[in-house]
Amino acid sequence: MSAEDIAYATYVYAVARDGDALRESAAESAGVAGAPVRIIPGTGDGAPVFVASSVSAHDFDEAALRRHLEDLEWLEAVARAHHAVIERLGAATTVLPLRLATVYLDDDRAREALDAGRAAFEQLLAKLEGHVEWGIKIYVEAPDEAAPPPPPGPASSPGVGPGRAYLSNRRAQRSVRDSAHRAAGTAAERIEAAGRAFATDRARHRVQQGELAGSRDENVVNDAYLLRADRSDAFRAEVARAADDLPGVRVDVTGPWVPYSFATAPEPAAAEGGPS
Amino acid sequence: MTEPAAPAERDPLPQRQVALIDLLDRLLSGGVVITGDVLLSIADIDLVRVSLRALVVSVDAQTRPLWARTLPEGDPNAR
Repeated sequence: MSAEDIAYATYVYAVARDGDALRESAAESAGVAGAPVRIIPGTGDGAPVFVASSVSAHDFDEAALRRHLEDLEWLEAVARAHHAVIERLGAATTVLPLRLATVYLDDDRAREALDAGRAAFEQLLAKLEGHVEWGIKIYVEAPDEAAPPPPPGPASSPGVGPGRAYLSNRRAQRSVRDSAHRAAGTAAERIEAAGRAFATDRARHRVQQGELAGSRDENVVNDAYLLRADRSDAFRAEVARAADDLPGVRVDVTGPWVPYSFATAPEPAAAEGGPS
Repeated sequence: MTEPAAPAERDPLPQRQVALIDLLDRLLSGGVVITGDVLLSIADIDLVRVSLRALVVSVDAQTRPLWARTLPEGDPNAR
C-alpha cells in the first residue's frame, strides 16, 4: 500500500448520534481550513458516527503538527474552526467533542476507532444529553481597582519620609489584597454550593495566567459546571449574586458551552492502570 | 481597566467569539481523547504546554507555575 502518497488525512471533530438534525448541521458547517464537513458512519445499526473533514496530511503529520503547535496563530485558527463545528452541531443535537487535532490516515482508520469506542461513546452521549457547560472564573481584582488607594493613614501625616510612607502604603495594599483573597474564597464557596444544588458535575481547569489571560486581575478559580439545560438559569442567578457584597472580587461566566470539559471518558481501548 | 467580561450571551449559535484562552482550556484538556494515527496526539498536552509556555506565561515573570508545573524541562513525556 502506498500510504506515503495520500494527500489528505481525516480530522475528526466529534461523535454524535446519526439523524437528520446532525446531518443538516454538519452540511452547514465548514471545518478546518474551510473544508466541508462529513459524516463517517459507524458499523452496525444505531451506531454513533464521527463528524469529520479532510485536512492536508502534510499539515497534520507528526513533524508538522509539532512545528505548528508553536505557532499560536495556527493553533488559534484550528481551535476556532474546531469550535465552530462543535457549536453548530451542538445547537442541533448532543455531541461529544473530541480533543483538538484527532487525526486519522483515512476514513477507514477513523471508523475502526469509532467502532472500538462505541460503548464508551454511547455512555457519554447519554450522560451529556440535554446538558450544557458553564465556565465560572473568579478573580481577585488588581489592587488599584479593587479599592480606592488606601487613605494615607494618620501616620503619613507631614513629616513622614517617603520611604516610610511607601512601606505603609504597601502594607495597606497587601492587606486589601489579603482580604480580597478571603472574599474570593467566600464567593467560591457560594458558587460551589450552587453547584451542589443545581449542577450535574464540575471540572476544574488551571487558573489562567499570562498574556493570553488578558487581565491584570488574578484568576483564582477556573471551573466548569455541567448543567441540565433547564437548570442553567437558576444556577446562573446564584452565581451572579455570589460576589455582590464582596469588594475586589469579580466572577466571570462564560457559556453555554458544548460540554467539552465533561467529554473525558477514559480511553476505551487502553486499560491503563491508575485513576488520575 | 476592567472590562467586566461582557455578560455571557445567550445566543447558542456559532460565531460567538469566545476568548482563545477559554477555548484552549477546553480543547486541550477537555474533549474525548482517542488515539489517532498521528502519534503526536494533542492528548499529550504536555507537549502543547511546552510549545506555548513562552507565549502564555511570558508576561508573567514570577509565574505560579501552572503551565510549567508538570513539565520537567523539555520532556514531553513527563507526567
